[in-house]
Amino acid sequence: MRRPYLRPIDRHWWAKPPYLAYTLREATGIAIAAYALVLMAGVICLALGRSAYDAWLGFIASPLSLALHVIFLVAMVFHVWTWFAIMPKTMPRLIVGGRYVEPQLITRAGIAVAALASLGLLLVARWVLP
Amino acid sequence: MKRSISPIFWLMFGAGGMLAALFGPALVIITGLAVPTGLGFSPTSMDYAHAIGFARHPLGKLVLLVVISLFAWHGAERIYLTLKDMHLGPKHLLAWLSYGSAGAVTFMTATALLAIGL
Repeated sequence: MRRPYLRPIDRHWWAKPPYLAYTLREATGIAIAAYALVLMAGVICLALGRSAYDAWLGFIASPLSLALHVIFLVAMVFHVWTWFAIMPKTMPRLIVGGRYVEPQLITRAGIAVAALASLGLLLVARWVLP
Repeated sequence: MKRSISPIFWLMFGAGGMLAALFGPALVIITGLAVPTGLGFSPTSMDYAHAIGFARHPLGKLVLLVVISLFAWHGAERIYLTLKDMHLGPKHLLAWLSYGSAGAVTFMTATALLAIGL
């Protein structure tokens, strides 16, 4: 009978360093999916009619929803940081002028672009929305 | 060779992740914090009249469907891989639950947007 050696693994490995950092990064996915659910509820209520949509607006302005969205915002900002921190590892090595571009430079450039994109969307929304 | 379907999930994960990285913070601030509290934005900018106008426009529909479904697929990929690594159940069950939820979100949003009409 084959009895391979299995190294014992702590059941709560994901809640302890160094894995905790990865768990937190993956947890941003929960927040992003939850935000999608909130928006989806809004679209469905919109399709159901004015009273359903007004009920959704009521929820959106509730302290519970505001607290949730503060958590979503923290998760989104953390996601921006981890997303571009990983990016140099997930893309082909970039060569400019015969030299490899430093990973930190790619990360910083990505975060800068993201900050500009979000700021731009805020300004455009401020300008377009009544 | 048996082809894997996972590159498609990775594509959705990457697209949703990039969209969230670029515009996620601003979207959460606008729809979840600034408009509901009226901070810097009028609370009426998301009222029924404005929202239905946005959702009736083809571009508005596209924005809503893309943002909602890609965020859902991005989250589903992370949730699936984490649950799998935590050994919380059979792989295929976890995959069906997470990707299935993202598929359901996409389907329900598309249906609602169709029902809203032009």
